[in-house]
Amino acid sequence: MNNSVTNTARLLWAGLRALLVLTVVTGVLYPLAITGVAQGLFSDKANGSEIKADGKVVGSSLIGQTYNLPLKKGQETPEPDLKWFQPRPSNGLGTNSVNTQYKLILSGATNRSGDNKDLIDWVKAAKAAVIKDNSVNGYTVKPSDVPADAVTSSGSGLDPDISPEYADIQVHRIAEKNGLPVAQVQKLVDEQTEGRTLGFIGEPRVNVLELNIALKELVAKS
Amino acid sequence: MSPVLAGVLQLLALIAALALAYRPLGDYMAKVYSSDKHLRVEKWIYKGIGANPNTEMRWPAYLRGVLAFSAVSVLFLYLLQRIQGSLPGSLGFSSIDPDQAFNTAASFVSNTNWQSYYGEQAMGHVVQTGGLAVQNFVSASVGIAVAVALVRGFALPHSRLRSSGGTPIRTGELGNFWSDLVRGTVRILIPISVIGAIILVACGAIQNFSGIHSVDQFMGGSQQWNGGAVASQEAIKELGTNGGGYFNANSAHPFENPTPFSNLFEIFLILLIPFALTRTFGRMVGSLRQGYAILATMVTIWIGFTALMMWTEFAHHGPAFDIAGGAMEGKENRFGVGGSSIFAVATTLTSTGAVDSFHSSFTGLGGGITILSMQLGEIAPGGTGSGLYGILIMAIIAVFIAGLMVGRTPEYLGKKIGTREIKFAALYILITPALVLIFTAAAMALPTPGNSMTNSGAHGFSEILYAYTSGANNNGSAFAGLNADTQWFNTTIGLAMLLGRFLPMVFVLALAGSLAEQKPVPATAGTLRTEKPLFTGLLVGAILIITGLTYFPALALGPLAEGLAS
Repeated sequence: MNNSVTNTARLLWAGLRALLVLTVVTGVLYPLAITGVAQGLFSDKANGSEIKADGKVVGSSLIGQTYNLPLKKGQETPEPDLKWFQPRPSNGLGTNSVNTQYKLILSGATNRSGDNKDLIDWVKAAKAAVIKDNSVNGYTVKPSDVPADAVTSSGSGLDPDISPEYADIQVHRIAEKNGLPVAQVQKLVDEQTEGRTLGFIGEPRVNVLELNIALKELVAKS
Repeated sequence: MSPVLAGVLQLLALIAALALAYRPLGDYMAKVYSSDKHLRVEKWIYKGIGANPNTEMRWPAYLRGVLAFSAVSVLFLYLLQRIQGSLPGSLGFSSIDPDQAFNTAASFVSNTNWQSYYGEQAMGHVVQTGGLAVQNFVSASVGIAVAVALVRGFALPHSRLRSSGGTPIRTGELGNFWSDLVRGTVRILIPISVIGAIILVACGAIQNFSGIHSVDQFMGGSQQWNGGAVASQEAIKELGTNGGGYFNANSAHPFENPTPFSNLFEIFLILLIPFALTRTFGRMVGSLRQGYAILATMVTIWIGFTALMMWTEFAHHGPAFDIAGGAMEGKENRFGVGGSSIFAVATTLTSTGAVDSFHSSFTGLGGGITILSMQLGEIAPGGTGSGLYGILIMAIIAVFIAGLMVGRTPEYLGKKIGTREIKFAALYILITPALVLIFTAAAMALPTPGNSMTNSGAHGFSEILYAYTSGANNNGSAFAGLNADTQWFNTTIGLAMLLGRFLPMVFVLALAGSLAEQKPVPATAGTLRTEKPLFTGLLVGAILIITGLTYFPALALGPLAEGLAS
């Protein structure tokens, strides 16, 4: 009995020493070495891929943002500022009280299933809004023109991208609100569209923040 | 190019990359666990541990090493979280509550990485980097060690593949746990993680130690950013089939998985070691073709499931997806449906549980595939080490079934599968379903656990079935609508993870010991040729039938009901 207690104690002591030594190697030396290399070689990326407009940091090219009008009195959710390209919906963690919609203190998905009533309502409402907002003089958005990403929330709730199809149906609205020719805005979208990596990895996409920065420059020039 | 074709091409590129790495990595790992030389840094580590790496252990001693190391790890990680509030470098986060700290400690030590906390709101630099990420390394290394011990059980005594410094091997000895633990970490996991982490930073994953800070936005106002050693943790999180995200959104978060290429690369890291271990196995038992037969079984299931997943996700049945015109809820634009489907199958057929898209918002059948993938026991290719020993147990069962059919005493790799061996194998395959089904039934029968569901009906049941399937199989992914931060779920899932990890290891090591004591029997004309395609077919069938019969009623109530209704 006494012997087995001593043996167990000795074994646990060896286990603890192993854990502490391996913690130094994998929990201190390894992350510090990687941080050193990362900060030395790719400091922009290692610090969050910040992006500037007019010399001022306006966010990260990897993290989505909202482009809304200031909250008016009595409003709970702000209205989108239709002058700018709009991102995907971000219903975040839904009923969670800290759903922050692109504020990044908490990332997450809605986790609603395909037959969930909330999700069905959100998708319907989003689709109606996309059609209404983007149907402008002489251009009507058909329900079949609205791509799935325009009416669904992403996995992180921080998706920086929209599909080229969603950007395309916003072109007429953007042109009208900013007093620009449609062709010029379409050209901007085409320039900002990134294809699949090596032609087959991932999906074509448009980074909304980069697109809006380019749009801002275009508006300033004209 | 259509998204479907792009998805298929991504899968083919992945297969090509894995095939290229298969031979060199598999052979290298066989060398690591067979060499009798110690690196200088390893000698320092052994001195720090106070263990002699040349002592051969029989199975009870090996098991005691595994359990002692893991018990100390649970306790250490628990205490680290409990004192977080007073540690520097904790970003102002408070200490974690006892039930959640227990759950998280059990989760990371058991290689599960189930998370009932929100990473960016709960865990500071010290706990993430010095606690959780450390377990990402060592729990993976423990898994490989146990698998290697089982392989040695088959290989002994006719091949000497051991690190005993020239002393002859006696029967029943399985190697040295401390040596296997340290070698796996130092020679395999760290070098690949270093390369992986640097590639991920080059893609845009963050790697810094800044605190929570504000960054200005385009329209004015600001966003709150967390800093963190994300890339270094992301690399080992995937490579060690761990899966615990730095952020709540896991590998869907752009700071963890910034580009389509990083997505494919992370899937590659997940699958790399589990597939290559079949080559290691073949090398160590002295027949590469035996390894290929196991590999073929894994690949058949993996590709079959991936194809099914792509089919159902591109078809996007379900009321909300029909209106939206695609199953993009919970998926990122840069990965699309194809990249998300490949990731979802890879993460659930291994013990990873990282997600680049949220499984709860997959189609009914797609969600069912993720659950079934875990229920197969995570063996195609499975977790680091756990995948190999899991499928070898299934191989023993398959050999046994074939033996019953022809009325011969079954043998596998020259070792007789007698009463003792089949008992251990049977206990192994019973423990996980028992945990999953009993805990699920209890949670459904009790009045309060159901309050944690976000969705109702069949999908609500699936949330709970998923949770215990994920916990007991050490996966860690979730139908994350379930609010799992309750005392009930923290405690029961914590227990499911520990029992689902360490009881099977007991049976694996006991089996290894039993095999190692046997003299090999020569193959005769009546021996089942386990390196032939016929055996691969038999093994695939055995895996699907055994799992199917065990879980079909539960699957019918959840994902099948949802999938067939839409």
